[in-house]
Amino acid sequence: MTRACLAALLSHWRRNPLQLFAFLAGLALATGLWSGVQAINAEARASYDAAAATLGDGQFDQILPRAGGAIAQSDFVALRRAGWRVSPVIEGRLSDVRLVGFDPLSAPAGFGVGQVGDGVDLGAFLNPGQLFANAATAAQLRVDMPADMPADMTVVIDPAIAPGIALGDIGVVQRLLGRDDLSRLLVRPDQPMQRPALTDIAPHLRQQGADQRVDIGELTKSFQLNLTAFGLLSFAVGLFIVYSTIGLAFEQRRRMVRTLRALGVPLPRLIGLMVVEVLLLAFAGAVLGIALGYVVAALLLPDVAVTLRGLYGAEVSGTLQFRVSWWGSGMAMAVLGAVAAAGVRLWRIARMPLLASARPRAWAMTSGRAQFVQGLVAALLLVGAGGLALVGDGLMAGFALLGFFLIGAALLLPLLLRPVLTLAEGAARTPVARWFWADTRQQLPGLSLALMALLLAISANIGVATMVSSFRLTFVAFLDQRLAAELYVEVEDQAQAALIEAEMAARGTTVLPLLAVEAEMAGLPARLFGVRVGPTYRDNWVFLDAEPDAWDRVSAGTAAVTNEQLARRAGLWVGDRIEIAPGIELPIAAVVADYGNPRGQVIVGEALFRELYPDMPVHQLGLRTQDPAGLRHILISELGVADAAITDQAALKAFSLQVFERTFAVTAALNVLTLAVAGFAMLMSLLTLADLRVPQLAPVWALGLTRRRIGQLELLRVVVFAAVVCLFALPVGLGLAWVLLAVINVEAFGWRLPMFLFPGDYARLGVYAMLAAVAAAAWPAWRLMRTPPGALLKVFAHER
Amino acid sequence: MTPPVLHFSGVTKAFDGADGPVPVLRGVDLSLAPGETLALTGESGSGKSTLLHLAGGLEIADAGVVEVAGRDLGGLSDTARAAVRCRDVAVIFQQFNLIPSLRVADNIAFQARLAGRADSGAVADLAQKLRLGDQLHKYPEALSGGQQQRVAIARAIAARPRVLLADEPTGNLDEDTAAEVLDQLLALVSETGAALLLVTHSPAIAARMDRRLHLRGGRLA
Repeated sequence: MTRACLAALLSHWRRNPLQLFAFLAGLALATGLWSGVQAINAEARASYDAAAATLGDGQFDQILPRAGGAIAQSDFVALRRAGWRVSPVIEGRLSDVRLVGFDPLSAPAGFGVGQVGDGVDLGAFLNPGQLFANAATAAQLRVDMPADMPADMTVVIDPAIAPGIALGDIGVVQRLLGRDDLSRLLVRPDQPMQRPALTDIAPHLRQQGADQRVDIGELTKSFQLNLTAFGLLSFAVGLFIVYSTIGLAFEQRRRMVRTLRALGVPLPRLIGLMVVEVLLLAFAGAVLGIALGYVVAALLLPDVAVTLRGLYGAEVSGTLQFRVSWWGSGMAMAVLGAVAAAGVRLWRIARMPLLASARPRAWAMTSGRAQFVQGLVAALLLVGAGGLALVGDGLMAGFALLGFFLIGAALLLPLLLRPVLTLAEGAARTPVARWFWADTRQQLPGLSLALMALLLAISANIGVATMVSSFRLTFVAFLDQRLAAELYVEVEDQAQAALIEAEMAARGTTVLPLLAVEAEMAGLPARLFGVRVGPTYRDNWVFLDAEPDAWDRVSAGTAAVTNEQLARRAGLWVGDRIEIAPGIELPIAAVVADYGNPRGQVIVGEALFRELYPDMPVHQLGLRTQDPAGLRHILISELGVADAAITDQAALKAFSLQVFERTFAVTAALNVLTLAVAGFAMLMSLLTLADLRVPQLAPVWALGLTRRRIGQLELLRVVVFAAVVCLFALPVGLGLAWVLLAVINVEAFGWRLPMFLFPGDYARLGVYAMLAAVAAAAWPAWRLMRTPPGALLKVFAHER
Repeated sequence: MTPPVLHFSGVTKAFDGADGPVPVLRGVDLSLAPGETLALTGESGSGKSTLLHLAGGLEIADAGVVEVAGRDLGGLSDTARAAVRCRDVAVIFQQFNLIPSLRVADNIAFQARLAGRADSGAVADLAQKLRLGDQLHKYPEALSGGQQQRVAIARAIAARPRVLLADEPTGNLDEDTAAEVLDQLLALVSETGAALLLVTHSPAIAARMDRRLHLRGGRLA
């Protein structure tokens, strides 16, 4: 019995290959997008883990110079002699590779050497001619190795080391970098009870707690969450397809189910077999989806790697591995999603009386009660979203708000469409027009899921387009503000800085020295800047909030400016006081937007900075000029500045914008995919409904409408639906943009972006959505136009 | 005396109506012996189909006993009733109720397979007798109404049931086709020895059965 029954159930798919394709493709697309994003995240996470494991980042206290720069070897020796159990580390870059040298004998357990492959012994590590890196980094190192390096220098390949990092004994790295100082000292956890204070031995050094350091994983988590949100959205759109397909397939099989039961198949066995059938199909769809996800991830990963590096300096391997964490979650999501979608239908079948009407109920699916429940759920979700917007706190609350808002809006869509169509029907004058609107209203239940998917996709596009364009506009303005000087010169030493300053003063060119030091402020790692307050700052900097005389007070050394990130993280704002150096507190006169920068910044006047850090050298000078090319020539020919040390503003801006554009390349790609998936959902719904449409259209054809005319009206119907959905998607998309900019962004990145509107972009998106809908409707309409008269006549023959 | 394969005793059935329960059958007594054919006539809404559904275990009586092959259907679980329906009863529906995604050959063999009595020779033989031999590889939608009804009859006979229930099996067919289908049905019933309970509006069809009963006001006459 089981075999015969299963064969009968599966024969439905054999006879309806389009439905089978819709089911598998819908599930595969949903799973593909979800698992693709998860694959990217898993790869990024694995890279951070490798970086953390390689360097022991965040595990140990460290000793750093108060004024930035390097630590002398003598400080290390003095601390060791005083009983401090510290271990030296030197860091530097060789082209794009981060070289890290440490002393394996004194390094705390868990740092570096513990991660250098299991097969590598300490003796090998101490070999004066060896570095350790993964294969890709090793290859890069071989290309970038200085020409004067000893011939015996080799790179040992160890896949456990994070991408972009090479490890070596401290002596080896010092030799490669041409330095004899240290970058930092690691403080071992096992310190002696009695030891002199750090300030007594080396007052110019400071100890930084392990938990105060910026964790790359934390910073990039926000980006991953962004990706995950889009992955979930895509999965939701895909599930709409699956739900719609399963729903229609089950509706069409009501008659078969009744027949099977009438012929003696017990209900429990029938339900059990249908569960098996759904599981088999879900598994097949999931496997296809995971393969698709691998392709998506492999295509997007290089962009993601560049994005993460541009944004946070985090290295992510460019190659993709088949990790159980992402394909497992993809499989679980696909199977659970399909079972959830089928569950409702199976429950209805289980409750269906044996002699219930077996006519497909696709057209009656939204009974008055169902509509009421749908409206109630939509209202509850939207109220919940409103509540979260008012009192929600944290990133998860932000995502919950996003989910509540989008699903609530989607559920509301059919309820809003119905009265619109009823109004149109009332306004119609000709019989064909009245039939068209009445028939369109009748199609609503069958198409509502596809329309909801389309709404989500268009809203996501509007929301993300608004976010990206707002970001871009703000970022360009920010670059104009921050890169006000026409030329920037990297100075070699203080003598050269003094020479350039004097020469520029003589020529009447404004010089803006860049003074900066790493420091801890308000308990957070930050950077203190000293600026020469002048028209450049007064005219170009736009504050988020400021007191009227902010720049005067900064110039006088009686107030400071902080960036938004530091202000939000430390819970400070204009009027509050911040300690900029031990014992020195200043009121905050202004808060400035500082997009794209994860670190806190505090800006004080040049005089105060030089007073606090008299020995801090100037590294960079900004020069204001009307003639950048002429001044560049003077700097090179008369002052001996190297050409490579001069950067013009235009190049810097172009580079910064390039980083920005890459940042959102992944988001843009996911947006396009989401719209494509929604178009596919529409196509599949229309194709699946096409067979059910024939009995409804046959009488109209018999009454005199040509097949061509009916096909055209079918196309027009989809255009009407898409247009109304586009109109509804506009406020939903703008709401989504507001949530992304004002809630998610603040929680994830620490700054709030102003929201701008881009009507031209929305109109373009609307056209794209209409084109997607028309493209989706074209095939079913074409099929309808070519339906043989015999097929239409059969409708009447079967009614005999 | 051969025990009946279908037996009704004091069977009553009512359905919920707007103004309370609406009685359909009121104390129906009925027996059908193996090989016997019985026509059940009555006006629309008189309860003919309900009686047929009770006989097939598709519905449960409110009171009284319905026995198929000696088993009281009222005392059985859903699953056990389904098993009786599968092995001992076959229903020929007015609307055919074929499985649209299975070919004609698979449709004919389907209930026999469910009952574990699949016999490809018997299927071919039945198809020949019912003039469906060249239709076996087609799907039901490609057949005329008369052909679909013959497939439904073949499916019921192929399962070798002890009781055959036919709900206006020729109601959807023209006069000539109806007569031909009825001839074939009666011939096959006679061959298999199954009991036939046939619901019809047609006095002519009823006249060809061994016995005729008329249902009026929920009672048999």
